Amino acid sequence: MNKILEAKFIGPDIKLFKIDAPKIALKQKAGQFIILRIAENGERIPLTIADSDKTEGWITLIVQGIGATTKALNQLEAGDFVRDLVGPLGQASHIENFGTAVSIGGGVGTAIAYPTAKALKEAGNKVISIIGGRSKQHVILENELAATSDEVYPCTDDGSYGFHGFVTQKLQQLIDSGEKIDFVLAIGPIPMMSAVAEVTRPHGIKTVVSLNPVMVDGTGMCGGCRAYVDGKQVFVCVDGPEFDAHLVDFKILQQRNRTYGIQEQAALEAHMCNIDVVYNEELKNKKIAESI
Amino acid sequence: MADLKTKERMQIPRHDMPEQEPHERAANFEEVNLGYSIEIAMEEAERCIRCKNPVCVDGCPVSVKIPEFIKMIADGKFDEAAEILKTDNALPAVCGRVCPQEEQCEAVCVLAKKGKPVAIGYLERFAADWQRNHSNLKHVHVQEKTGKKVAIVGGGPAGLSCAGDLIQMGHDVTVFEALHEIGGVLVYGIPEFRLPKEIVRAEVDALHELGVEFVTNYVIGLTETIEELQARFDAIFIGVGAGLPYFLNVPGEHLNGVYSSNEFLTRVNLMKAYDFPNNVTPIYDLKDKNVAVFGGGNTAMDAVRTSKRMGAKRAMICYRRTEKEMPARVEEIKHAKEEGIEFMLLVAPLELVGDDNGVLRAIKLQQMELGEPDSSGRRRPVPIKDAIEEIPVDAVVIAIGNGSNPIISQTTPELIVNKWGNILVDESNMKTNMKGIFAGGDIVTGGATVILAMGAGRTASKAIDEYLKNPETW
Repeated sequence: MNKILEAKFIGPDIKLFKIDAPKIALKQKAGQFIILRIAENGERIPLTIADSDKTEGWITLIVQGIGATTKALNQLEAGDFVRDLVGPLGQASHIENFGTAVSIGGGVGTAIAYPTAKALKEAGNKVISIIGGRSKQHVILENELAATSDEVYPCTDDGSYGFHGFVTQKLQQLIDSGEKIDFVLAIGPIPMMSAVAEVTRPHGIKTVVSLNPVMVDGTGMCGGCRAYVDGKQVFVCVDGPEFDAHLVDFKILQQRNRTYGIQEQAALEAHMCNIDVVYNEELKNKKIAESI
Repeated sequence: MADLKTKERMQIPRHDMPEQEPHERAANFEEVNLGYSIEIAMEEAERCIRCKNPVCVDGCPVSVKIPEFIKMIADGKFDEAAEILKTDNALPAVCGRVCPQEEQCEAVCVLAKKGKPVAIGYLERFAADWQRNHSNLKHVHVQEKTGKKVAIVGGGPAGLSCAGDLIQMGHDVTVFEALHEIGGVLVYGIPEFRLPKEIVRAEVDALHELGVEFVTNYVIGLTETIEELQARFDAIFIGVGAGLPYFLNVPGEHLNGVYSSNEFLTRVNLMKAYDFPNNVTPIYDLKDKNVAVFGGGNTAMDAVRTSKRMGAKRAMICYRRTEKEMPARVEEIKHAKEEGIEFMLLVAPLELVGDDNGVLRAIKLQQMELGEPDSSGRRRPVPIKDAIEEIPVDAVVIAIGNGSNPIISQTTPELIVNKWGNILVDESNMKTNMKGIFAGGDIVTGGATVILAMGAGRTASKAIDEYLKNPETW
C-alpha cells in the first residue's frame, strides 16, 4: 500500500499524483515506469515515473483519465492509497551529451518526456522542448520544462496557445531554420511518434520514442507488450520502453493496442459508477484502518 | 479397521477420485477433483502395506514420510497426518493436487508392480484439506531463533519450500515477490479448476503464521539488487523460475488474438479475466470461438481447458509429436479429452494468418509423420510433403515452454549463468558462484515441475542451514 501525498488536476482529466514510494524513488532513473493496481478487482496498468525525490521518498505520476482504471484512479485524493505499486521497471533512458536535443511531448506524453528532458539537460545538452496539446488547457508542464530547457515551444492544434499546428510542424520549422539537431526524443500518441520519425528520418537525426503497448506484469514474463523493432520481436517492459524510432513498426503497435477496444469500452460504460463505489469503498476502509 | 495382513491389504481396490461430471465442469471454473471422503481416505490408507524399506519416500523429491502419514490417516488421526506432511512439505494441499505422482512416489510404490499403487497424492491432499477445514491446531515445531536472516527471491514453489524449511530451522525468512500475490505459477499459471487459489493462499498464510515475512510488488534486480540484499541478509536463495515465454517464431505472432500461455493464464488466473467486467482485466471474448493451443505439456492442457470453460466452441491442442510423447500428466490429458478438447497430433505451425486489421483468423499447419529415431532415441517428426492445412481460429495460445527471465542476471553481472540464462549451481547444495547465494527451481533447470522446484528449495535449505552455522566452510 502506497499513500498518495498530493493529488491535483493539471489539465482536463489529467491529474498529478505525488505518491509515497521510498524504495522506488531511490532507484528511479529517467525513462522508467511503474505498474499499479488500485483495488482487489483492479487491473495492472503501466505509468511512467514523471519525477521523484530520493530524500523525501516520493515519486510523481501523471494520469490521463481515458479508461475505467485511469478514470477511477483520477478520483483518488491525497490521503488515499494505491493498493499495489511496483517498480522501477524497464530500462533507463540512454542519456549522453549529444549536443542539441529536442524533447517532444504530445498530450500526457509530455509528462513521460519530462524526466528524460531534465536528464538530457543535466548531461550538458542544449535542450529544446516542444509540447503539444489539442488546445491551451491540454498543454502541461510548461513551467517545469522551461526550468530544464533552453527553449520551450508550446503548440496547439487549434492555435489557442503558442505555435498553431502539430509538434511535427514545429520540429520541421526548427530543422528548416538551420538549427543543428543531434537527438530527438518523442513521446505521445502513436501517430504523433510515427510522424516525428518520418520528419527526422531524411535528416538522419537519431530519434528515440517511448512505446506504450498493453502490459500485464511488466517484468518480462508474458510477452503481452511485444513490439517489433528492426523486424525483431522485443518485450517493451524489459527491453524498452525506449527504442530507435526509425526501426519501430508503429502499425503493429497501433493494431495491438486495439486488441481490447470493445472490452475497454464495456468496462468504462458498465462500471464507471460501479467502480467508483467499489474502489472508493475499499480505499475508504483502508483510510480508516490506517487512522486507527 | 483391525490389523490387516499384507495379503488382505493388497486385496483392497484402489479408490478413484470423485470428480465433477465432464459436461458440467467444462462450463465452470470449480475444482474438477472433489477429494476423498473420510471413509474412502481411511480405506485407501489401509492399502499401504507399510514396507520396512519404503521406496516411495525416495520417489518423493522432498522425501515426505509417506508410510507414517498414511498410517495416521488409517488410524483416523488426520491432524497428525497433516503435521507429518508439513515437516517435509510446505505445500501439501498443493502437491497432493499437482504433483505427477505416477512418475514419482506412486511409480515406485511396491503395489504398482502387481496392481495399482497406493493413491499417495490423493491421501496427501485429503490430510492437508482436512486440517485446513477442520483444525485450528498450530502445527509444526519451530526451532529456537538463530538470529540469522535469509532472503528468498521469488514466491513460487522453490522459494516457498525453502522458506518453510528455513523457518522451522529457526532462521528469519523474508520472501520477495515481483507480483502482487505470492505463489508464482501456483497463482498465475495453474488454473482454479485444478488448484483453487484459496488453497494456495491458505498454505501461504500458514507459512506466514510460522513467521515467514512476505514482501510483494518487489522486483529484485530493479527495486533492490542482489548486492544490496547481501548487505541486509546472511544468505540468499534465488528461485525466480523460468518466466520468459518462448514464441513459435513463425509469421503472424504479432496478430491480435495471439497469446503466450503465460499471458493468457495470468489474465485468467491471477487477474480473474474470466469474470470480466467484475474484474477489470480484459481478455479476448472466446464464446463460440475457435481456439488453438500449441504444445503438449501441462501448461498447454491448462490453457486449452481454460478456453473451453470460457465458452470456446472448438478448443484444440496442436502438438508436433504423438500423444505418447506428450509431457502432460496422463490425468490432465484424460480430463481434457472428457471435456471435449480436440487433439491435433503430428502438426507443426507454419503461419498464423490475419485479416487486414491485424486480427488473427486462421492457422496454417504442416502435417508431420514420425521418422527415424534421433540421438535421444525419440522418433523425430518430419513434414509430409504438401500436407498443409488451414484451420480457422480466433485465438492462439503458445505453450511451448519458457526461458529464464533476464532481470536478475542483467543486474547481477557477477552471477554465473549458462548461455540460456540458467544460473549455474552445484546441484548437491544449490550453491552459486557468489558466496552465500543459492539458487534452485526453474531458474536453474529451465521449465520443470512444481515438486522438482520444491525439491531444489529443500536441498538448498539444508545447505543454507549448514552455511549459516559455519560460513567459513563456503
